[in-house]
Amino acid sequence: MKHVEVLGTGCKKCVTTAESIERVAQELGQSVEVIKVTDPAKIMAYKVMSTPAVAIDGKVVHSGSIPERNKIVGWLES
Amino acid sequence: MFEIFTRLANWLAYDLVGLNPDTKLGSSLHFFIEDTSKILFLLIVMIYLIALARASLNLERVRAYIQQKHRVMGYVFGSGFGAITPFCSCSSIPLFLGFTSAGIPLGITMAFLFTSPIINEVAVIMLWSLLGWKFTLAYIVIGMVVGIIGGMILDAVKGERWLKDFAAKAYQAAASETREHEVDVPEAPKLTLAERHQFAKDELREIVGRIWKWVLIGVGLGAALHGFVPDGWFAENLGSGQWWSVPAAVFAGLPLYSNATGVIPVMESLIVKGLPVGTTLAFCMATVAASFPEFIMLKQVMTYRLLAMIFVILLANFMVVGWIINGIGPWLFAGF
Repeated sequence: MKHVEVLGTGCKKCVTTAESIERVAQELGQSVEVIKVTDPAKIMAYKVMSTPAVAIDGKVVHSGSIPERNKIVGWLES
Repeated sequence: MFEIFTRLANWLAYDLVGLNPDTKLGSSLHFFIEDTSKILFLLIVMIYLIALARASLNLERVRAYIQQKHRVMGYVFGSGFGAITPFCSCSSIPLFLGFTSAGIPLGITMAFLFTSPIINEVAVIMLWSLLGWKFTLAYIVIGMVVGIIGGMILDAVKGERWLKDFAAKAYQAAASETREHEVDVPEAPKLTLAERHQFAKDELREIVGRIWKWVLIGVGLGAALHGFVPDGWFAENLGSGQWWSVPAAVFAGLPLYSNATGVIPVMESLIVKGLPVGTTLAFCMATVAASFPEFIMLKQVMTYRLLAMIFVILLANFMVVGWIINGIGPWLFAGF
């Protein structure tokens, strides 16, 4: 099971990002665990400067915007 | 060049709705139509063009540029990049920590964050179209000076002592090592024209989606002032730049939380009605740059002591700027 973290200090875009990843995962029939990380110290540890950012299994794959659908599909299927 | 918008407003307000230009309502509605159509048109064109140009500017590169600079230039560049770098206010904290953990001094990071809400392409476009280039230039200089001086003071009093523990540790760890080696600016991502277009389109949609209501509210308030406050009212009552009008404007602006988009049309009307320019600017800065949501966010990385300090520094800056501009305004904006 993929471990997805959405990094962001709690703005609307971060919530949207987490929701769309969950939705795409459901459509693909994949089971993922989506966690919203709002702790600034953890976000700093990932060296992310623009949020929302997405980390999959501990590796940052995206930052600075709500990811597009086909990008999410790419992460989940890889 | 902007005459077409005046004509549009003439036609809509006077011909179509049938209002009399000499009535308060007629002149307010005319003002509202002319300004909203002009501003929205300019914003759409300019935001797209500017976004095309800066598609390859990301925060990692900005940070490296700032790191390369000598301390004093650091403030100037911090503030300058704060003005031109697109970033959403919900990213303030990660940005703050990204800079801090790279060993960039607190004052330089804060110069970036202070200037960012004051100067952005939307504010500049609106000022230019409403108040002309002289005023726009003065506004940019003042916005940067507020950021630079604010940042310098913070460093002079060693504000980093009052960061939250984890942020202070990250800063110290980085500050002790990065002096030694040079930082390289990461290469600009190579973007095709199609990618730039995509970026600009997204930016346009995002920014216009966020600010169109502010344009309407701001211009609406400006239009109401325009039509209903008698010409020269401010000039008669506050026009000699009474010293207390500046702090009064700052404190009036504080509880109002708006972005630059909403407050600039109001500024235009205030100035046209004879409120001294320095007083108007002090009001605008207090509304835009000292916002409670921002302070609540910064609480995650700063102690109350540091926050209070930043607050006082900002207020003092706005007042000093207001007084100085009121002092030199008649000379600076002669014929305005």
